[in-house]
Amino acid sequence: MGEPASPLAVTEDLKKVKKPKKQRKPRNGFKYFFRRCREQKELVWMSAPFLIWLFIFRYLPLGGWVMAFQDYRPARGFFDSEWAGLKHFRFLFSDQRFMEVMRNTLAMSIINLVLGFVTAITLAVLLNELRNVKFKRIVQTISYMPHFLSWVVVAGLVSSALAMEDGIVNILLMNIGLIDEPIMFLGVGEYFWGIIGASDVWKSVGWNSIIYLAAITMIDQEQYEAAEIDGASRLQRIRYITLPGIRSVVIILMIMNIGYILESGFEAQYLLRNPMNMDYAENLDIFVLRYGISMANFSLATAAGMFKTVVSFIFLFSANSIAKKLGEARLF
Amino acid sequence: MGVFKKLVGRRRGVDDLIFDTVNIILMLILIVIMLYPMLNTLAISFNVSTDSVRGGIHIWPREFTTFNYEHVFTEATILRAGLTSVLRTVIGTALGVFASAMVAYTISRPHFFMKKFVTLAFVLTMYMNAGLIPSYLLHRELGLVGSFWVYILPTLIGVFNIIIIRSFIEGLPETLFESARIDGAGEFTQFFKIALPLSLPVIATVSLFVAVAQWNQWFDVFIYNSSIPELSTLQYELMKVLSNSNAAYGSGAGAADQFARSASGQIETVTPQSVRAAMTIVVSVPIICVYPFLQKYFVKGLTIGGVKG
Repeated sequence: MGEPASPLAVTEDLKKVKKPKKQRKPRNGFKYFFRRCREQKELVWMSAPFLIWLFIFRYLPLGGWVMAFQDYRPARGFFDSEWAGLKHFRFLFSDQRFMEVMRNTLAMSIINLVLGFVTAITLAVLLNELRNVKFKRIVQTISYMPHFLSWVVVAGLVSSALAMEDGIVNILLMNIGLIDEPIMFLGVGEYFWGIIGASDVWKSVGWNSIIYLAAITMIDQEQYEAAEIDGASRLQRIRYITLPGIRSVVIILMIMNIGYILESGFEAQYLLRNPMNMDYAENLDIFVLRYGISMANFSLATAAGMFKTVVSFIFLFSANSIAKKLGEARLF
Repeated sequence: MGVFKKLVGRRRGVDDLIFDTVNIILMLILIVIMLYPMLNTLAISFNVSTDSVRGGIHIWPREFTTFNYEHVFTEATILRAGLTSVLRTVIGTALGVFASAMVAYTISRPHFFMKKFVTLAFVLTMYMNAGLIPSYLLHRELGLVGSFWVYILPTLIGVFNIIIIRSFIEGLPETLFESARIDGAGEFTQFFKIALPLSLPVIATVSLFVAVAQWNQWFDVFIYNSSIPELSTLQYELMKVLSNSNAAYGSGAGAADQFARSASGQIETVTPQSVRAAMTIVVSVPIICVYPFLQKYFVKGLTIGGVKG
């Protein structure tokens, strides 16, 4: 390599390429598979290590789900632990605490989903309406910043902003005159879902707006010009051109997100919870962590985790097939 | 009013003017909301800690000091944690991006006979998660618990990163690869000499994603290595400071415990609040300084991945 190949080498290469076509071997079965492996052995070598990685780190743990049907004891392992049937699932669904956990998970997840979509789309639309390119870029850059901060940092910022003494939120609310006494935001369970939703929006609204803004710029500019000639106002143009124009992107992202309906986030809740808001803060992931790692009840924690994945799959496929039936864009 | 006119630009009627004004005001409010918490933390980190306790500091320190930083940078635990953070970020990013790029290259080749299978195998895992406990047990079996490699191996490849890189490589002119094949180049040569160098913009994007994820991670430290001080990271140390003040929430003990440090003869103290502020700035500044320069790339990368993925 490096030096240009001679014409002779090229013709020889062409011969090599033509050869397998003439033979017309069966296109399935082991023999075919191994033949293809030999033909493309470099590509196989390139992907094999990572397929092995994928199998070990992503598929092998699925075998651990048998624990959900056992009374798993670490000392005995998978093979000698006693079978427990659906005992752990039955326990979960009759457990008062688990029901609360499910309530918290769904509530926070839905709040985050709806707030996230609405704010990100709104921001994208407003950014698109900015006429000054420089100002637009400054706003964008600043709005992306929180996405790059860790949840540890964000949780710290949120708890100081919400502090009783000297927290900016209380100071503002007092100055406007909305409240007379500072509120202990993180000490009241009922506020927790809202706090999580707001923190999530703060952290990710800029980042999530990127994709909608990209979709908006792909809308045909002539539509706007025509609408302007017809005398449509800015708001009407947004309502009748911009929003319909990004509809399919919104739907695809919604389907993808519905698959994460039980992923209400973990870090924010874990870092912002305290003994006083615990009843509203504990979600499925914290429940799994508490039972699994802290109390070493592996079977119960696995059952809860398995439940999460199965529900996610069901939601993903239903959302996808509903979109298909309605003739909308879909994921697969 | 000159600035305002510039922002609004050529206006077309009163309605437009109102709309633009409201929009700009909203954007200014957004900027304040996004920046204030960090600026406030910055001010507190440069303020004398015993003075910060009195409150009332907004975006400018009242009694300037660098002592909070001196304290953070002389604490052996924090220095060691910083080293681990840097190591996991550098190693994790290098290996992770290389692995993702290689997988992406194989599934971008139209003639690769396992293309569909490999793609599906990876994409499925985006939604199929075994959960915390099975993964934990696996990592323990593999001897990863209590080891540095638990930060690298389990999260080596991100499916979304593969999709972004693949879309980019698929967008490269196929004739480049064809002519290289005619010159006798194998797949490895095509990957290293053509695909990789030409994908630098997308590689930069993915590197940023992976580096940020590595740098910001604390949960794996907490789960696997919380009892090994040598393997602690900055985020985890910060998390401990935070959860200490959370545990004291409502009991009024938060600001009370101060610990004294003497430096260069004179005695100054630090409070948990000031340490937290200084550490927050230390862990956030590297990323905040880098991302604006990569903005052009990640916006593009995110768009490709989002639209095609």
